[in-house]
Amino acid sequence: MTSSHRRRLSPITQRRLEVFRANRRAVWSLWIFGLLFIVSLGAELVANDKPIVMQYDGHWYVPLLVDYPETEFDGFLPTTTDYRDPVVFEQIASNGWMLWPPVPFSYQTLDRDVRGPVPSPPGSRHWLGTDDQGRDVFARVLYGFRLSVAFALALTIGSIFLGVVIGGVQGYFGGKIDLIGQRLIEIWSGLPVLFLLIILASLVEPNIWWLLGIMLLFSWLGLVDIVRAEFLRARNLEYVRAARAMGLPSRLIMRRHVLPNAMVATLTFIPFLFTGAITTLTALDFLGFGLPPGSPSLGELVAQGKNNLQAPWLGVTAFLTLSVMLSLLVFIGEGLRDAFDPRHIPTSTQIKRAGSPTGRPSDSPRQESLP
Amino acid sequence: MSDKRLFELRQLTIRFGAHTAVNSLDLHVDRGETVAMVGESGSGKSVSALGALGLLPAGTEIQGERRFDGRDLDTLSARQWNALRGGEIGFIFQEPMTSLNPLHSVGKQLGETLRLHQGLRGEAAKRRIRELLAQVKLPRVDELMSSWPHQLSGGQRQRVMIAMAIANDPQLLIADEPTTALDVTVQRDILALLGDLRDRYAMGLLLISHDLNLVRRHADRVVVMRHGEHVESGPTPTVFDSPQATYTRQLIDAVPDGRPVPLQDDAKPLLKANQLSVTFPRPKPFLRPRPPAFVAVEPLSLQLRQGETLGVVGESGSGKTTLASALIRLLPASGEIHFADQRLDLLSGDALRRQRRGFQIVFQDPYGSLSPRMPVADIISEGLRFHHPELEEAAVAERIAEALRDVDLPPDCGRRYPHEFSGGQRQRIAIARALILKPRLLVLDEPTSALDRTVQKQLIELLRNVQTRHGLSYLFISHDLAVVRAMAHRMLVLKDGKVVEQGECEALLEAPRSPYTQALIEASALS
Repeated sequence: MTSSHRRRLSPITQRRLEVFRANRRAVWSLWIFGLLFIVSLGAELVANDKPIVMQYDGHWYVPLLVDYPETEFDGFLPTTTDYRDPVVFEQIASNGWMLWPPVPFSYQTLDRDVRGPVPSPPGSRHWLGTDDQGRDVFARVLYGFRLSVAFALALTIGSIFLGVVIGGVQGYFGGKIDLIGQRLIEIWSGLPVLFLLIILASLVEPNIWWLLGIMLLFSWLGLVDIVRAEFLRARNLEYVRAARAMGLPSRLIMRRHVLPNAMVATLTFIPFLFTGAITTLTALDFLGFGLPPGSPSLGELVAQGKNNLQAPWLGVTAFLTLSVMLSLLVFIGEGLRDAFDPRHIPTSTQIKRAGSPTGRPSDSPRQESLP
Repeated sequence: MSDKRLFELRQLTIRFGAHTAVNSLDLHVDRGETVAMVGESGSGKSVSALGALGLLPAGTEIQGERRFDGRDLDTLSARQWNALRGGEIGFIFQEPMTSLNPLHSVGKQLGETLRLHQGLRGEAAKRRIRELLAQVKLPRVDELMSSWPHQLSGGQRQRVMIAMAIANDPQLLIADEPTTALDVTVQRDILALLGDLRDRYAMGLLLISHDLNLVRRHADRVVVMRHGEHVESGPTPTVFDSPQATYTRQLIDAVPDGRPVPLQDDAKPLLKANQLSVTFPRPKPFLRPRPPAFVAVEPLSLQLRQGETLGVVGESGSGKTTLASALIRLLPASGEIHFADQRLDLLSGDALRRQRRGFQIVFQDPYGSLSPRMPVADIISEGLRFHHPELEEAAVAERIAEALRDVDLPPDCGRRYPHEFSGGQRQRIAIARALILKPRLLVLDEPTSALDRTVQKQLIELLRNVQTRHGLSYLFISHDLAVVRAMAHRMLVLKDGKVVEQGECEALLEAPRSPYTQALIEASALS
């Protein structure tokens, strides 16, 4: 099994994996971030205002997936059941049982039973307290994290696609295509993104797709330069010229020989695109031009923290969430960058070499400088 | 006797971790003497010179005794080392393009050495710089002082490097492949200059080279190395006339020999070019008329028959590669190109791509011409899979095996990656990639220049065998006349994009008509 796996990976990839694995901080960050993201993907199972499963009068119900009207549980209203309503709760509890998620609040559940004024401080009922509308902060952070990461992921993938295609075409063909493309891009990058978003916010109700679309129009610009430069360099490599002499068509040469070169630069750029996307979304939400009201957003939490300085748990939670998330991403990005740097010598090897019996400091004053 | 001995290494051993690069080497250089270290790449020539001067990176293990001018080098302090290097010992590196700082003018770089080692400044320094540049026989000294490295030719740069090396009146000059990157005619001048300087200042000269031809003419003593081991040493005539070690004999015999297989008289013409020329437009300056285009290849006509080899010879910048690229339509050109009854210059797009399998190219650099990300079998079969998508997997595998057999590589190397192979093997892979399409014409762009002499010889034999087996035509580009003589039926000499001479190879080498060809033949010292 291992042998077939090894054969698939080229030696360069193997070396890169090795360098990445040697960077313990990046590996740990990747694990933690992955775990957090997986947990947040199942946010409905962790924090929800509906039971996951329940039994009533001997029948099974799955409120998590299906909306049942209240009449199903001998209520009066034909609308979707509010399982947190004390009357309904009593009714179901006496005729069956419910399995609740560990946090019985969703991101938009207003907790009317909060004791004292909102925002209420952290306690056993609300682990991270509530915000100024009585919504559970933990649930909002959990859903907000998922939304931010999903948004960033979609934006990054979209930007990479656009950036690689446009930069690749410019770089590979060069000449007039490159010249005209570069000038258009310069004009395009002069457009003020923030103002466009603000104008948009006054015209339509901005939802996540609108935001994604508008940001996508501009976020690929940074990638074009890198990809274009790589293609310009790679199109004159001898093995690319050999492929051309063999009669391979341009699209095949680009995909098989040039793109892998450009992907190295692109991959190292990804973490920065990713963090950039998260920060932009947060900033827009903070300013109130972002996601529609009520959406679970970290930027809105920051704004609440600013407006409610008497409730420090809001600001502190927002700060910690954002800083931990961005730090993890930066660490992963660092690891990726080092792994793809051909000049990089992994730190662990360095230590090994220095500690090995043959490693003896040379008498030469001129030493190879390490990055 | 003892004051004649200038530089001495005893039992020098250099290790990088577990790898032993040089194993107990003995070497000495006397005043006024040229000692040459010869060997193929990886034999430890450069490493021993660098190691002896403490120029290797940290972590290198160096053992043995190093003496210079009666002093034990191991006892020197860092400060004394710096005074020694660049002061009493001058160093000339292989690559003149990168060993000068592109951001400083020639005068400034020379001035820096003078200031550091002799404390010369201002007018005194300038006078000395002029003197030095004149000594290395550079023209227009005053103009040169303020010019930048990129404005100089390769030979001029190497002369500046030599001027820097002798600036502080060194007693020992170490020249590491000083002429490898240069044209043959320039090579000869540079070595003559080095010999001159050695005699005038009674310096010791340690010449590191892989070129036996050059060593034979310029060195007093020779040290032959292989895999970090000392093989043989002695006075040059003795070593060359009666070599003791088999390896030395192999090296001396590794001159491309043999002649191309004679051509059948009725061979049909395969490639014909009529008034072919290549020009590169220069950029148009703002508000001024566009300067005339740069003519890389002036209109020329040539013909190549089936099974024939046409050698294209010339110095760097003479347009050899441009001509070849234009002939196989990798560069835009004007003029007619006929290939096997077809007008190649009229084809484009898909039709041209379909034709490409008929003519293939092998590049000079065996390290750059294979994609590092693909296993060898994929590299070889790439063109085949595109041109013959109908072939089944088994048929493709059969063709790959056949191509590998053609170039004498074991059939099981298809799964490995290019970096696992040596330069010569990589060049064979590149040839296999071209052969698998069963072309009728193979363009060989300096295929042997990056290889050691012994490997070169094998590759030439291989190419000749392949030619007779498949009836291929070769367009063989080279600057090395010895190689061309062993390969080509006819020869074409290019200079600055113009055809200087064209004709039967043997006849042309016997009786060259143009002075340029004569100079080329003389410089390459054909035996």
